[in-house]
Amino acid sequence: MTLTARRPRVTVAVFPGTWSERDFAHVADAVLGWEARLVWHTETDLGAPDAVVLPGGFAHGDHLRTGAIARFSPIMAAVTAFADRGGPVLGICNGFQVLLEAGLLPGAMVRNDRVKFVSKIVPVRVDQTDTPFTVACASKQVLHLPIAHGEGNYYAPADELAALEANRQVIFRYTNAAGEVGSEWNPNGSLNSIAGICNRERNVVGLMPHPERASELALGSADGRVVLASAVRSVMDGVRLHA
Amino acid sequence: MRWLAEVHVALRGGIADPEGQTIGSALRSLGYDSVSEVRSGKLMRISFEADDHAAAEATVAEMCGRLLANPVMETASWEIRSDEQIGERAALL
Repeated sequence: MTLTARRPRVTVAVFPGTWSERDFAHVADAVLGWEARLVWHTETDLGAPDAVVLPGGFAHGDHLRTGAIARFSPIMAAVTAFADRGGPVLGICNGFQVLLEAGLLPGAMVRNDRVKFVSKIVPVRVDQTDTPFTVACASKQVLHLPIAHGEGNYYAPADELAALEANRQVIFRYTNAAGEVGSEWNPNGSLNSIAGICNRERNVVGLMPHPERASELALGSADGRVVLASAVRSVMDGVRLHA
Repeated sequence: MRWLAEVHVALRGGIADPEGQTIGSALRSLGYDSVSEVRSGKLMRISFEADDHAAAEATVAEMCGRLLANPVMETASWEIRSDEQIGERAALL
C-alpha cells in the first residue's frame, strides 16, 4: 500500500485557551502539504488521522495546574485511545503539559526555576531519532527552536528520571549551539536539561519548544520543519505502529 | 448534610518553589532577617453535600487524587467541618 496518493492527515485538538492551533495548521497545510483538521475539545471523534497534535496555549486558563483541567476534556479519551493503539501523538508546550497530566507521558512540569516566563529561540539537541517526530532528524542534531513558557521546568522523581534515561526516552535536550549540555544553557531548570520526552512505546512525544513556529525561514529559523517532516516520513515509511 | 473542606496543596519538599523563594527574599529585604525559607501553596475551600463525616472525607480524598493535586510534585492535606461546626465562622468565609 502506498500513502503517497493522499496527503497525510493530522488532527489538532483545540481547548479553550489553546493559541497555537492555527500556527500548526498553517505549517501543516501550507508548508508540509498535510491535511490539518481542528477538533474542539468537547468532540469525541478524531476522524481518521495519521497523527494527533496537542498544540500550545493556556488550555482552560492553566488554572489549578497546566493541563490539569484539559486532561478531562472529552476529546482526551479519543486521544488516549489513539495513543494506546500506537498512533503518533505530539504535544507541544501546553500540549506536552496536558500529556503529562493525562498520564500519557511520565513526570510533571513545575515553574521555571528563575520565575520568569521565558520567550526566546534556544538550541535544542535531538537525542533520539527513533520516534515518529524525530525520524527525519540526524542523531545529536542541534535545532534552533522558540520556547515560550512559564512552567517548562521538567520534574520527575529520581527513580522515574533514571528509568527515562535508561529507556532512552529523553528525546530533546537544551544545549548550547555546539550541542553541549550545561546549566548555563538550561532556560528553565529542567532536570537533566530535558526539553522533550517520549513514552515507553515511543509513539507519544512531548516537547516544550515550538517547532511549528520555526518552520519557515522568514520566522528566524526553519529548523522545526524537520520535526514535523519526521511525522510525514514515518507515515510514508509505514513506521507508524498502528496498523 | 453540608460540609466545608479546606484543602491545602503544596509542592513536595525538595522541588524548587520560585514563588516561595521570591516571597522569602522580599521578606528579608523588608528586614525580616530571620526568615530562612518560605514555601508557597494553594488553599481551596470547597462547600459540598455528604451524608456523614466519613463520606465527606472519602469525597475530598477522591477529589485530591483525581484533580486537586498532582501526586508527582504535590501533596494535599485537608480539614473538614460540617456547617454546624463552622457556625458563625461560615459568615466570615
